[in-house]
Amino acid sequence: MTSSETFLNATVLIALVLLSLSFLVTVWRVVIGPTLPDRILALDMLVAVALGFIAVIGIMTGYALYLDIAIALGLVGFLATVAFARFVMNREGAEVDDAEGNADD
Amino acid sequence: MIDIIQNYIAGLLMIVGAAFALVASVGLLRLPDVYSRMHAASKAGTLGSGVMLLALAVVADDIAIITRALAGILFFLLTAPIAAHLLAKAAYAAGYQLWESSVLDQMGVTVSNNKQDKEKLETGNKSP
Repeated sequence: MTSSETFLNATVLIALVLLSLSFLVTVWRVVIGPTLPDRILALDMLVAVALGFIAVIGIMTGYALYLDIAIALGLVGFLATVAFARFVMNREGAEVDDAEGNADD
Repeated sequence: MIDIIQNYIAGLLMIVGAAFALVASVGLLRLPDVYSRMHAASKAGTLGSGVMLLALAVVADDIAIITRALAGILFFLLTAPIAAHLLAKAAYAAGYQLWESSVLDQMGVTVSNNKQDKEKLETGNKSP
């Protein structure tokens, strides 16, 4: 165990702590909303945080397979956000959740 | 020797990436409306996960792993702005309001003009 490996292990721990904090904060935004696009945006951000987790765990364990999972997860997250965006657009005028008033027309 | 440099660079990149992800999520929590939260999530968030994938590429010895990590970064950098743009457009079209202290709404003029044009076209087509 050289000093550089000790440094890498310490940074892995620090990065995991920071990512866990940011995961919690993002989940809090999903919970409190207040509108549907807010929640979709927070889910998109959750995918980004999960990609970071996968990269850090890939470094920690040395398995390169995690990289394929990361690419697949990025694709799924992108498609989910696009599908949600189309859902929001098709729901146009149905309801604007939190009483911010109607659209200007 | 190269191992040592790889480890130090990868560790620093990991911390930088995780810090960017944390800043992005704090921005997501504290900014006032959907459109400004999008700045934090799509710019800082993408950069954070991209930098962490770059750390994985730095620490790897195999060229196949490095290529896949760089391909992942490229893919994520290409798709994140498209997703944010689509979501913003959909939210605007669905009528979600801007923050009340926003000073400029350039989309508003365009959208209402388009609506008027459409109405004119529809009535013009119906009348003859």
